[in-house]
Amino acid sequence: MAKEYETVIGLEVHVELATKTKIFCGCSTAFGGAPNTHTCPVCTGMPGSLPVLNKQVVEYAMAVGLATNCDITQNCKFDRKNYFYPDNPQNYQISQLYLPICRNGHVDIETESGVKKAVRIHEIHMEEDAGKLVHDEWEDASLVDYNRSGVPLIEIVSEPDMRSAEEVIAYLEKLRQTIQYLGASDCKLQEGSMRADVNLSVREVGTEKFGTRTEMKNLNSFRAIQHAIEGEKNRQIDLIEEGKAVVQETRRWDDNKAESYPMRSKEDAQDYRYFPDPDLVPIHISDEWIERVKAAQPEMAPEKKIRYKEEFDLPDYDIGIITGTKQMADIFEETTAICGNPKKVSNWLMGETLRLMKETGTDPEDLSFSPKHLADLIAMVDKKEINSSVAKEVFEKIFAEDIDPVAYVDEKGLKTVNDEGALRKTIEEIVAANPQSVADFKGGKEKAIGFLVGQTMKAMKGKADPGSVNEILREVLAQQ
Amino acid sequence: MANVISDETIEYVGILAKLELNDEEKEQAKKDLAEMLDYIDELGELDTTGVEPMSHVFPVNNVFREDVVTNGDDSENILKNAPGEKDNMFLVPKTFD
Repeated sequence: MAKEYETVIGLEVHVELATKTKIFCGCSTAFGGAPNTHTCPVCTGMPGSLPVLNKQVVEYAMAVGLATNCDITQNCKFDRKNYFYPDNPQNYQISQLYLPICRNGHVDIETESGVKKAVRIHEIHMEEDAGKLVHDEWEDASLVDYNRSGVPLIEIVSEPDMRSAEEVIAYLEKLRQTIQYLGASDCKLQEGSMRADVNLSVREVGTEKFGTRTEMKNLNSFRAIQHAIEGEKNRQIDLIEEGKAVVQETRRWDDNKAESYPMRSKEDAQDYRYFPDPDLVPIHISDEWIERVKAAQPEMAPEKKIRYKEEFDLPDYDIGIITGTKQMADIFEETTAICGNPKKVSNWLMGETLRLMKETGTDPEDLSFSPKHLADLIAMVDKKEINSSVAKEVFEKIFAEDIDPVAYVDEKGLKTVNDEGALRKTIEEIVAANPQSVADFKGGKEKAIGFLVGQTMKAMKGKADPGSVNEILREVLAQQ
Repeated sequence: MANVISDETIEYVGILAKLELNDEEKEQAKKDLAEMLDYIDELGELDTTGVEPMSHVFPVNNVFREDVVTNGDDSENILKNAPGEKDNMFLVPKTFD
Protein backbone atom coordinates (compact mmCIF):
# COMPACT_ATOMS: atom_id res chain seq x y z
CA MET A 1 0.00 0.00 0.00
CA ALA A 2 1.27 3.45 -0.89
CA LYS A 3 2.32 5.56 2.06
CA GLU A 4 0.32 8.64 2.86
CA TYR A 5 2.18 11.89 3.41
CA GLU A 6 1.35 15.08 5.20
CA THR A 7 2.84 18.48 4.28
CA VAL A 8 3.95 20.70 7.16
CA ILE A 9 4.33 24.39 6.32
CA GLY A 10 5.46 27.45 8.23
CA LEU A 11 5.75 30.93 6.73
CA GLU A 12 8.07 33.90 7.10
CA VAL A 13 6.25 36.91 5.75
CA HIS A 14 8.04 40.23 5.19
CA VAL A 15 5.83 43.31 5.00
CA GLU A 16 7.07 46.79 4.02
CA LEU A 17 5.48 49.31 6.36
CA ALA A 18 3.61 52.32 4.98
CA THR A 19 5.75 54.95 6.71
CA LYS A 20 6.74 58.12 4.88
CA THR A 21 10.38 57.76 5.92
CA LYS A 22 12.88 54.97 6.43
CA ILE A 23 13.28 53.14 9.73
CA PHE A 24 16.47 54.88 10.91
CA CYS A 25 16.76 58.10 8.84
CA GLY A 26 14.64 60.85 7.33
CA CYS A 27 14.90 59.59 3.73
CA SER A 28 11.69 59.08 1.76
CA THR A 29 10.32 55.57 1.22
CA ALA A 30 8.45 56.59 -1.97
CA PHE A 31 8.51 53.78 -4.53
CA GLY A 32 10.07 54.32 -7.95
CA GLY A 33 12.44 57.28 -7.40
CA ALA A 34 15.55 57.57 -9.62
CA PRO A 35 18.40 55.39 -8.22
CA ASN A 36 19.98 56.59 -4.96
CA THR A 37 17.92 59.79 -4.79
CA HIS A 38 16.45 58.62 -1.45
CA THR A 39 19.71 57.97 0.36
CA CYS A 40 21.89 59.51 3.06
CA PRO A 41 24.97 58.49 5.08
CA VAL A 42 22.80 56.40 7.47
CA CYS A 43 21.10 54.17 4.88
CA THR A 44 24.28 53.77 2.83
CA GLY A 45 26.17 52.66 5.95
CA MET A 46 28.77 55.43 6.11
CA PRO A 47 31.16 55.29 9.08
CA GLY A 48 30.16 57.64 11.87
CA SER A 49 26.50 57.90 10.88
CA LEU A 50 23.98 57.03 13.60
CA PRO A 51 20.50 55.50 13.26
CA VAL A 52 17.49 57.04 15.06
CA LEU A 53 14.34 54.91 15.23
CA ASN A 54 11.15 56.04 13.45
CA LYS A 55 8.40 55.94 16.11
CA GLN A 56 5.72 55.10 13.52
CA VAL A 57 7.48 51.80 12.80
CA VAL A 58 7.01 50.73 16.44
CA GLU A 59 3.36 51.78 16.34
CA TYR A 60 2.61 49.87 13.11
CA ALA A 61 4.40 46.78 14.43
CA MET A 62 2.39 46.98 17.66
CA ALA A 63 -0.85 47.48 15.72
CA VAL A 64 -0.21 44.36 13.62
CA GLY A 65 0.79 42.40 16.73
CA LEU A 66 -2.34 43.39 18.64
CA ALA A 67 -4.56 42.58 15.64
CA THR A 68 -2.98 39.10 15.46
CA ASN A 69 -3.41 38.39 19.18
CA CYS A 70 0.27 38.71 20.09
CA ASP A 71 1.85 39.64 23.41
CA ILE A 72 3.80 42.88 23.12
CA THR A 73 7.39 42.67 24.37
CA GLN A 74 7.46 45.72 26.62
CA ASN A 75 11.26 45.74 26.84
CA CYS A 76 12.55 45.24 23.34
CA LYS A 77 15.69 46.11 21.42
CA PHE A 78 17.51 45.78 18.12
CA ASP A 79 20.31 43.41 17.19
CA ARG A 80 22.82 43.27 14.36
CA LYS A 81 22.74 40.39 11.89
CA ASN A 82 26.17 40.26 10.29
CA TYR A 83 26.77 39.26 6.68
CA PHE A 84 28.62 40.59 3.64
CA TYR A 85 26.61 41.38 0.53
CA PRO A 86 26.65 44.56 -1.58
CA ASP A 87 22.93 45.23 -1.05
CA ASN A 88 23.71 45.63 2.66
CA PRO A 89 26.13 48.58 2.93
CA GLN A 90 26.72 48.34 6.72
CA ASN A 91 27.74 44.67 6.47
CA TYR A 92 25.03 44.04 9.03
CA GLN A 93 21.27 44.28 8.96
CA ILE A 94 19.59 45.88 11.95
CA SER A 95 16.94 43.38 13.04
CA GLN A 96 15.56 41.81 16.23
CA LEU A 97 16.63 38.38 17.42
CA TYR A 98 16.53 38.23 21.22
CA LEU A 99 13.54 40.40 22.08
CA PRO A 100 11.21 40.72 19.05
CA ILE A 101 8.42 43.28 19.56
CA CYS A 102 5.53 40.76 19.31
CA ARG A 103 5.27 37.11 20.34
CA ASN A 104 2.80 34.24 20.74
CA GLY A 105 -0.06 35.36 18.52
CA HIS A 106 -2.51 33.59 16.24
CA VAL A 107 -4.62 34.22 13.17
CA ASP A 108 -7.94 32.45 12.60
CA ILE A 109 -8.34 31.23 9.05
CA GLU A 110 -11.07 29.57 7.02
CA THR A 111 -10.19 27.91 3.72
CA GLU A 112 -12.33 27.74 0.58
CA SER A 113 -13.19 24.12 1.37
CA GLY A 114 -14.30 25.12 4.87
CA VAL A 115 -11.34 24.13 7.08
CA LYS A 116 -11.29 26.42 10.14
CA LYS A 117 -8.17 26.65 12.26
CA ALA A 118 -5.87 28.97 14.14
CA VAL A 119 -2.38 29.48 12.73
CA ARG A 120 -0.03 30.42 15.55
CA ILE A 121 2.40 33.30 15.17
CA HIS A 122 5.77 32.65 16.76
CA GLU A 123 6.93 36.27 16.58
CA ILE A 124 6.89 39.54 14.67
CA HIS A 125 10.09 41.56 14.53
CA MET A 126 11.12 44.91 13.06
CA GLU A 127 14.03 45.23 10.66
CA GLU A 128 15.41 47.20 7.74
CA ASP A 129 15.16 46.28 4.06
CA ALA A 130 18.25 45.94 1.83
CA GLY A 131 19.14 47.81 -1.35
CA LYS A 132 18.45 46.53 -4.86
CA LEU A 133 21.13 44.84 -6.96
CA VAL A 134 21.00 45.11 -10.73
CA HIS A 135 23.34 43.03 -12.84
CA ASP A 136 25.11 44.99 -15.53
CA GLU A 137 25.34 42.90 -18.67
CA TRP A 138 27.88 45.19 -20.32
CA GLU A 139 30.54 45.58 -17.69
CA ASP A 140 30.47 42.21 -15.93
CA ALA A 141 29.67 44.07 -12.74
CA SER A 142 26.72 44.71 -10.44
CA LEU A 143 24.98 48.01 -9.77
CA VAL A 144 23.37 48.94 -6.47
CA ASP A 145 20.46 51.28 -5.79
CA TYR A 146 20.09 52.02 -2.05
CA ASN A 147 16.67 53.70 -2.24
CA ARG A 148 15.13 50.63 -0.60
CA SER A 149 17.94 50.26 1.95
CA GLY A 150 16.47 51.10 5.36
CA VAL A 151 12.82 50.88 4.36
CA PRO A 152 11.06 49.47 7.44
CA LEU A 153 9.91 45.87 7.42
CA ILE A 154 8.16 43.61 9.84
CA GLU A 155 8.79 39.89 9.56
CA ILE A 156 5.90 37.74 10.70
CA VAL A 157 7.05 34.23 11.58
CA SER A 158 4.35 31.57 11.89
CA GLU A 159 4.54 28.22 13.63
CA PRO A 160 4.53 25.17 11.29
CA ASP A 161 0.74 24.95 11.54
CA MET A 162 -0.32 24.81 7.88
CA ARG A 163 -0.89 21.56 6.01
CA SER A 164 -1.76 22.60 2.43
CA ALA A 165 -1.34 25.34 -0.16
CA GLU A 166 -4.98 26.22 0.45
CA GLU A 167 -4.31 26.91 4.14
CA VAL A 168 -1.24 28.97 3.25
CA ILE A 169 -3.27 31.14 0.85
CA ALA A 170 -6.04 31.59 3.45
CA TYR A 171 -3.43 32.62 6.05
CA LEU A 172 -1.75 35.11 3.70
CA GLU A 173 -5.08 36.59 2.63
CA LYS A 174 -6.09 37.02 6.26
CA LEU A 175 -2.77 38.67 7.12
CA ARG A 176 -2.99 40.95 4.10
CA GLN A 177 -6.57 41.93 4.89
CA THR A 178 -5.70 42.66 8.53
CA ILE A 179 -2.62 44.73 7.69
CA GLN A 180 -4.41 46.67 4.94
CA TYR A 181 -7.28 47.47 7.31
CA LEU A 182 -4.73 48.80 9.79
CA GLY A 183 -3.17 50.93 7.05
CA ALA A 184 0.22 49.50 8.06
CA SER A 185 1.11 48.42 4.49
CA ASP A 186 -0.45 48.08 1.06
CA CYS A 187 0.77 44.45 0.96
CA LYS A 188 1.32 44.18 -2.80
CA LEU A 189 3.03 40.90 -3.63
CA GLN A 190 3.97 41.95 -7.17
CA GLU A 191 5.69 45.13 -5.98
CA GLY A 192 7.36 43.28 -3.14
CA SER A 193 5.69 45.13 -0.27
CA MET A 194 4.59 41.67 0.94
CA ARG A 195 6.98 38.73 0.46
CA ALA A 196 6.59 35.17 1.68
CA ASP A 197 9.24 32.52 2.30
CA VAL A 198 7.83 29.01 2.64
CA ASN A 199 9.35 26.46 5.04
CA LEU A 200 8.12 23.04 4.05
CA SER A 201 8.67 19.44 5.10
CA VAL A 202 6.74 16.23 4.58
CA ARG A 203 6.18 13.34 6.95
CA GLU A 204 4.18 10.14 6.94
CA VAL A 205 0.66 10.62 8.25
CA GLY A 206 0.57 9.75 11.92
CA THR A 207 4.25 10.56 12.58
CA GLU A 208 5.00 12.98 15.41
CA LYS A 209 8.45 14.01 14.26
CA PHE A 210 8.87 16.67 11.59
CA GLY A 211 10.76 15.82 8.41
CA THR A 212 13.76 17.84 7.20
CA ARG A 213 12.55 21.17 5.89
CA THR A 214 13.60 23.39 3.03
CA GLU A 215 13.03 27.11 2.70
CA MET A 216 11.72 28.52 -0.56
CA LYS A 217 12.19 32.10 -1.69
CA ASN A 218 11.21 34.29 -4.64
CA LEU A 219 7.45 33.77 -4.39
CA ASN A 220 5.76 36.92 -5.64
CA SER A 221 2.19 35.87 -6.32
CA PHE A 222 -0.39 33.60 -4.71
CA ARG A 223 -0.19 31.47 -7.86
CA ALA A 224 3.59 31.06 -7.52
CA ILE A 225 3.19 30.15 -3.82
CA GLN A 226 0.62 27.51 -4.68
CA HIS A 227 2.77 26.01 -7.46
CA ALA A 228 5.92 26.10 -5.34
CA ILE A 229 4.23 24.24 -2.47
CA GLU A 230 2.88 21.53 -4.78
CA GLY A 231 6.24 21.22 -6.53
CA GLU A 232 8.33 21.07 -3.35
CA LYS A 233 5.97 18.60 -1.67
CA ASN A 234 6.26 16.21 -4.62
CA ARG A 235 10.04 16.66 -4.85
CA GLN A 236 10.47 15.74 -1.18
CA ILE A 237 8.09 12.76 -1.36
CA ASP A 238 9.95 11.44 -4.43
CA LEU A 239 13.26 11.69 -2.56
CA ILE A 240 11.87 9.82 0.45
CA GLU A 241 10.27 7.13 -1.73
CA GLU A 242 13.64 6.62 -3.44
CA GLY A 243 15.23 6.22 -0.03
CA LYS A 244 17.19 9.47 -0.33
CA ALA A 245 17.45 12.21 2.29
CA VAL A 246 15.95 15.68 2.03
CA VAL A 247 18.75 18.24 2.45
CA GLN A 248 18.06 21.26 4.64
CA GLU A 249 18.65 24.18 2.28
CA THR A 250 17.28 27.38 0.79
CA ARG A 251 15.77 26.97 -2.65
CA ARG A 252 14.72 29.50 -5.23
CA TRP A 253 11.44 28.94 -7.05
CA ASP A 254 11.34 29.61 -10.79
CA ASP A 255 7.68 30.02 -11.67
CA ASN A 256 8.27 29.97 -15.43
CA LYS A 257 10.06 26.63 -15.33
CA ALA A 258 7.84 25.45 -12.45
CA GLU A 259 10.81 24.09 -10.52
CA SER A 260 13.08 25.10 -7.68
CA TYR A 261 16.84 24.93 -7.36
CA PRO A 262 19.16 25.31 -4.36
CA MET A 263 20.39 28.85 -3.67
CA ARG A 264 23.39 28.14 -1.52
CA SER A 265 24.92 24.95 -0.26
CA LYS A 266 25.19 23.80 3.32
CA GLU A 267 28.97 24.34 3.29
CA ASP A 268 28.67 28.12 3.43
CA ALA A 269 25.75 28.01 5.84
CA GLN A 270 25.29 31.47 7.38
CA ASP A 271 26.61 32.28 10.81
CA TYR A 272 25.14 35.70 11.49
CA ARG A 273 26.82 36.37 14.87
CA TYR A 274 23.91 38.44 16.16
CA PHE A 275 24.61 40.89 18.96
CA PRO A 276 22.73 43.88 20.44
CA ASP A 277 23.11 47.03 18.34
CA PRO A 278 25.02 49.52 20.51
CA ASP A 279 23.85 52.47 18.35
CA LEU A 280 20.20 52.05 19.33
CA VAL A 281 18.86 52.38 22.86
CA PRO A 282 16.24 49.94 24.19
CA ILE A 283 12.52 50.50 23.66
CA HIS A 284 10.23 50.48 26.69
CA ILE A 285 6.58 50.10 25.77
CA SER A 286 4.29 51.18 28.60
CA ASP A 287 0.81 49.79 29.28
CA GLU A 288 -0.56 53.23 28.36
CA TRP A 289 1.15 53.14 24.97
CA ILE A 290 -0.31 49.69 24.24
CA GLU A 291 -3.77 50.94 25.27
CA ARG A 292 -3.42 53.97 22.98
CA VAL A 293 -2.54 51.81 19.98
CA LYS A 294 -5.39 49.43 20.85
CA ALA A 295 -7.88 52.29 21.07
CA ALA A 296 -6.78 53.59 17.66
CA GLN A 297 -7.37 50.23 15.90
CA PRO A 298 -9.97 50.69 13.14
CA GLU A 299 -13.04 48.50 12.70
CA MET A 300 -11.77 45.24 11.18
CA ALA A 301 -13.46 42.97 8.62
CA PRO A 302 -15.21 40.58 11.09
CA GLU A 303 -16.87 43.48 12.96
CA LYS A 304 -17.73 45.20 9.69
CA LYS A 305 -19.48 42.05 8.46
CA ILE A 306 -21.75 42.01 11.49
CA ARG A 307 -22.51 45.72 11.25
CA TYR A 308 -23.25 45.61 7.50
CA LYS A 309 -25.71 42.77 8.05
CA GLU A 310 -27.60 44.76 10.70
CA GLU A 311 -27.31 48.19 9.12
CA PHE A 312 -27.63 47.53 5.39
CA ASP A 313 -29.34 44.13 5.14
CA LEU A 314 -27.20 42.93 2.23
CA PRO A 315 -26.68 39.29 1.19
CA ASP A 316 -23.84 37.52 3.09
CA TYR A 317 -21.97 36.84 -0.14
CA ASP A 318 -21.96 40.53 -1.08
CA ILE A 319 -20.88 41.54 2.42
CA GLY A 320 -18.02 39.04 2.22
CA ILE A 321 -16.73 40.53 -1.04
CA ILE A 322 -17.16 44.16 0.02
CA THR A 323 -15.52 43.78 3.42
CA GLY A 324 -12.85 41.52 1.89
CA THR A 325 -10.59 44.49 1.25
CA LYS A 326 -10.40 47.84 2.98
CA GLN A 327 -10.46 49.70 -0.34
CA MET A 328 -13.79 48.11 -1.35
CA ALA A 329 -15.29 48.67 2.11
CA ASP A 330 -14.16 52.32 2.12
CA ILE A 331 -15.68 52.97 -1.32
CA PHE A 332 -18.90 51.27 -0.24
CA GLU A 333 -19.22 53.24 3.00
CA GLU A 334 -18.30 56.61 1.55
CA THR A 335 -20.59 56.23 -1.48
CA THR A 336 -23.44 55.06 0.73
CA ALA A 337 -22.91 58.03 3.05
CA ILE A 338 -23.38 60.40 0.08
CA CYS A 339 -26.23 58.74 -1.78
CA GLY A 340 -27.99 56.95 1.08
CA ASN A 341 -28.73 53.82 -0.93
CA PRO A 342 -26.57 50.87 0.19
CA LYS A 343 -28.35 48.38 -2.08
CA LYS A 344 -27.63 50.36 -5.23
CA VAL A 345 -24.01 50.99 -4.21
CA SER A 346 -23.57 47.29 -3.51
CA ASN A 347 -25.08 46.44 -6.92
CA TRP A 348 -22.57 48.69 -8.69
CA LEU A 349 -19.68 47.13 -6.76
CA MET A 350 -20.82 43.52 -7.11
CA GLY A 351 -21.81 43.95 -10.77
CA GLU A 352 -19.94 46.40 -12.95
CA THR A 353 -16.97 46.97 -10.63
CA LEU A 354 -16.16 43.27 -10.26
CA ARG A 355 -16.71 42.73 -13.99
CA LEU A 356 -14.29 45.52 -14.92
CA MET A 357 -11.76 44.41 -12.29
CA LYS A 358 -11.76 40.95 -13.82
CA GLU A 359 -11.52 42.28 -17.38
CA THR A 360 -8.67 44.65 -16.61
CA GLY A 361 -6.89 42.50 -14.02
CA THR A 362 -7.25 45.21 -11.35
CA ASP A 363 -6.73 44.27 -7.71
CA PRO A 364 -9.17 45.74 -5.18
CA GLU A 365 -6.38 47.76 -3.52
CA ASP A 366 -5.80 49.51 -6.87
CA LEU A 367 -9.38 50.75 -7.22
CA SER A 368 -8.99 54.49 -7.61
CA PHE A 369 -12.36 56.03 -8.47
CA SER A 370 -13.89 58.46 -6.03
CA PRO A 371 -17.05 57.58 -4.11
CA LYS A 372 -18.49 61.01 -5.01
CA HIS A 373 -18.47 60.12 -8.71
CA LEU A 374 -20.21 56.80 -8.17
CA ALA A 375 -22.78 58.54 -5.94
CA ASP A 376 -23.40 61.19 -8.64
CA LEU A 377 -23.91 58.47 -11.22
CA ILE A 378 -26.44 56.67 -9.01
CA ALA A 379 -28.28 59.97 -8.49
CA MET A 380 -28.46 60.60 -12.25
CA VAL A 381 -29.95 57.16 -12.84
CA ASP A 382 -32.45 57.71 -9.99
CA LYS A 383 -33.56 61.00 -11.54
CA LYS A 384 -33.85 59.25 -14.92
CA GLU A 385 -31.36 61.71 -16.37
CA ILE A 386 -29.56 58.78 -17.96
CA ASN A 387 -30.71 55.26 -18.65
CA SER A 388 -28.99 52.15 -17.35
CA SER A 389 -27.02 51.33 -20.48
CA VAL A 390 -25.63 54.88 -20.67
CA ALA A 391 -24.86 54.61 -16.93
CA LYS A 392 -22.78 51.48 -17.53
CA GLU A 393 -20.89 53.22 -20.28
CA VAL A 394 -20.21 56.24 -18.04
CA PHE A 395 -19.16 53.96 -15.18
CA GLU A 396 -16.47 52.39 -17.35
CA LYS A 397 -15.00 55.89 -17.65
CA ILE A 398 -15.29 56.47 -13.89
CA PHE A 399 -13.63 53.11 -13.22
CA ALA A 400 -10.76 53.77 -15.63
CA GLU A 401 -10.17 57.51 -15.32
CA ASP A 402 -12.32 58.69 -12.41
CA ILE A 403 -14.11 61.21 -14.63
CA ASP A 404 -16.85 63.47 -13.22
CA PRO A 405 -20.03 61.81 -14.55
CA VAL A 406 -22.13 65.01 -14.48
CA ALA A 407 -19.68 66.95 -16.63
CA TYR A 408 -19.04 63.94 -18.87
CA VAL A 409 -22.74 63.28 -19.60
CA ASP A 410 -23.22 66.98 -20.32
CA GLU A 411 -20.24 67.20 -22.59
CA LYS A 412 -21.05 64.04 -24.57
CA GLY A 413 -24.77 64.86 -24.71
CA LEU A 414 -25.75 61.54 -23.15
CA LYS A 415 -28.74 62.80 -21.19
CA THR A 416 -31.99 60.99 -21.74
CA VAL A 417 -34.32 62.95 -23.98
CA ASN A 418 -37.29 63.75 -21.79
CA ASP A 419 -39.03 65.71 -24.54
CA GLU A 420 -42.14 63.56 -24.84
CA GLY A 421 -43.22 65.19 -28.11
CA ALA A 422 -39.92 64.35 -29.82
CA LEU A 423 -40.02 60.79 -28.47
CA ARG A 424 -43.61 60.26 -29.60
CA LYS A 425 -42.74 61.57 -33.05
CA THR A 426 -39.83 59.13 -33.37
CA ILE A 427 -42.00 56.25 -32.19
CA GLU A 428 -44.68 57.06 -34.70
CA GLU A 429 -42.08 57.01 -37.47
CA ILE A 430 -40.74 53.65 -36.30
CA VAL A 431 -44.23 52.19 -36.14
CA ALA A 432 -45.02 53.47 -39.64
CA ALA A 433 -41.78 52.03 -41.01
CA ASN A 434 -42.30 48.54 -39.52
CA PRO A 435 -45.81 47.34 -40.45
CA GLN A 436 -44.80 43.66 -40.17
CA SER A 437 -43.78 44.02 -36.50
CA VAL A 438 -46.95 45.97 -35.77
CA ALA A 439 -49.02 43.21 -37.36
CA ASP A 440 -47.10 40.55 -35.38
CA PHE A 441 -47.75 42.41 -32.15
CA LYS A 442 -51.42 42.83 -32.97
CA GLY A 443 -51.51 39.15 -33.79
CA GLY A 444 -50.46 38.35 -30.20
CA LYS A 445 -46.68 38.18 -30.55
CA GLU A 446 -45.69 40.09 -27.42
CA LYS A 447 -42.02 39.74 -28.41
CA ALA A 448 -42.46 41.98 -31.43
CA ILE A 449 -42.59 45.01 -29.16
CA GLY A 450 -39.00 44.35 -28.13
CA PHE A 451 -37.85 44.91 -31.69
CA LEU A 452 -39.77 48.22 -31.89
CA VAL A 453 -38.28 49.38 -28.56
CA GLY A 454 -34.84 48.51 -29.88
CA GLN A 455 -35.40 50.44 -33.12
CA THR A 456 -36.62 53.46 -31.16
CA MET A 457 -33.59 53.38 -28.83
CA LYS A 458 -31.35 53.18 -31.87
CA ALA A 459 -33.09 56.13 -33.50
CA MET A 460 -32.72 58.07 -30.21
CA LYS A 461 -29.01 57.12 -30.10
CA GLY A 462 -29.58 55.33 -26.83
CA LYS A 463 -30.61 58.50 -25.04
CA ALA A 464 -34.18 57.56 -24.15
CA ASP A 465 -35.62 56.04 -21.04
CA PRO A 466 -36.66 52.49 -22.01
CA GLY A 467 -39.63 52.67 -19.59
CA SER A 468 -41.06 55.75 -21.31
CA VAL A 469 -40.42 54.28 -24.76
CA ASN A 470 -42.34 51.18 -23.81
CA GLU A 471 -45.23 53.17 -22.42
CA ILE A 472 -45.63 55.53 -25.38
CA LEU A 473 -45.11 52.70 -27.85
CA ARG A 474 -48.01 50.77 -26.34
CA GLU A 475 -50.21 53.87 -26.55
CA VAL A 476 -49.30 54.41 -30.21
CA LEU A 477 -49.86 50.75 -31.05
CA ALA A 478 -53.26 50.81 -29.34
CA GLN A 479 -54.31 53.59 -31.67
CA GLN A 480 -53.33 51.66 -34.81
CA MET B 1 45.26 31.15 30.10
CA ALA B 2 42.20 29.03 30.57
CA ASN B 3 40.84 29.52 27.05
CA VAL B 4 42.53 28.02 24.02
CA ILE B 5 41.57 29.07 20.47
CA SER B 6 42.05 26.29 17.93
CA ASP B 7 43.44 26.74 14.42
CA GLU B 8 40.03 25.77 13.00
CA THR B 9 38.30 28.49 15.03
CA ILE B 10 40.69 31.20 13.91
CA GLU B 11 40.32 30.06 10.26
CA TYR B 12 36.52 30.16 10.58
CA VAL B 13 36.46 33.58 12.29
CA GLY B 14 38.75 34.83 9.53
CA ILE B 15 36.35 33.62 6.83
CA LEU B 16 33.35 35.21 8.57
CA ALA B 17 35.17 38.54 8.97
CA LYS B 18 36.67 38.35 5.44
CA LEU B 19 40.20 38.68 6.88
CA GLU B 20 43.28 36.98 5.48
CA LEU B 21 45.87 36.46 8.19
CA ASN B 22 49.39 35.16 7.80
CA ASP B 23 50.70 32.53 10.23
CA GLU B 24 52.23 35.08 12.56
CA GLU B 25 49.05 37.14 12.67
CA LYS B 26 47.01 33.99 13.31
CA GLU B 27 49.08 33.13 16.36
CA GLN B 28 48.72 36.67 17.69
CA ALA B 29 44.97 36.63 17.09
CA LYS B 30 44.62 33.28 18.87
CA LYS B 31 46.43 34.71 21.88
CA ASP B 32 44.40 37.97 21.88
CA LEU B 33 41.06 36.20 21.56
CA ALA B 34 41.95 33.77 24.35
CA GLU B 35 42.84 36.69 26.64
CA MET B 36 39.57 38.43 25.85
CA LEU B 37 37.61 35.29 26.68
CA ASP B 38 39.54 34.91 29.96
CA TYR B 39 38.63 38.48 30.84
CA ILE B 40 34.95 37.85 30.06
CA ASP B 41 35.08 34.65 32.12
CA GLU B 42 35.76 36.76 35.20
CA LEU B 43 32.11 37.88 34.95
CA GLY B 44 31.14 34.28 35.59
CA GLU B 45 32.52 34.62 39.10
CA LEU B 46 29.80 37.13 39.97
CA ASP B 47 26.40 36.07 41.22
CA THR B 48 23.99 37.62 38.66
CA THR B 49 20.83 35.95 39.92
CA GLY B 50 17.93 38.33 39.41
CA VAL B 51 19.96 40.83 37.36
CA GLU B 52 18.34 41.78 34.05
CA PRO B 53 20.64 41.34 31.02
CA MET B 54 21.91 44.77 29.96
CA SER B 55 22.23 45.74 26.30
CA HIS B 56 23.21 49.36 26.77
CA VAL B 57 25.34 51.16 29.32
CA PHE B 58 23.41 54.44 29.44
CA PRO B 59 20.13 54.73 31.36
CA VAL B 60 18.40 56.04 28.23
CA ASN B 61 15.57 54.49 26.26
CA ASN B 62 12.87 55.42 23.71
CA VAL B 63 14.85 57.75 21.47
CA PHE B 64 12.61 58.27 18.45
CA ARG B 65 12.20 60.36 15.30
CA GLU B 66 8.84 61.50 14.01
CA ASP B 67 7.91 60.09 10.60
CA VAL B 68 8.76 63.25 8.63
CA VAL B 69 10.93 63.41 5.49
CA THR B 70 13.99 65.54 6.26
CA ASN B 71 16.41 64.38 3.56
CA GLY B 72 16.29 65.35 -0.10
CA ASP B 73 18.22 64.07 -3.09
CA ASP B 74 21.90 64.04 -2.06
CA SER B 75 22.91 61.32 -4.52
CA GLU B 76 25.74 63.39 -5.99
CA ASN B 77 27.54 63.49 -2.62
CA ILE B 78 26.51 59.97 -1.62
CA LEU B 79 27.90 58.51 -4.85
CA LYS B 80 31.29 60.10 -4.13
CA ASN B 81 31.66 57.31 -1.56
CA ALA B 82 31.04 54.60 -4.15
CA PRO B 83 33.93 52.43 -5.40
CA GLY B 84 32.60 53.16 -8.89
CA GLU B 85 29.52 54.75 -10.42
CA LYS B 86 27.22 54.09 -13.36
CA ASP B 87 23.71 55.38 -14.07
CA ASN B 88 23.57 56.98 -10.62
CA MET B 89 24.25 53.59 -9.03
CA PHE B 90 27.11 52.09 -7.02
CA LEU B 91 29.26 49.97 -9.32
CA VAL B 92 30.52 46.87 -7.48
CA PRO B 93 32.16 43.56 -8.46
CA LYS B 94 29.72 41.14 -10.04
CA THR B 95 27.61 39.48 -7.34
CA PHE B 96 25.23 36.58 -7.74
CA ASP B 97 22.15 35.77 -5.73
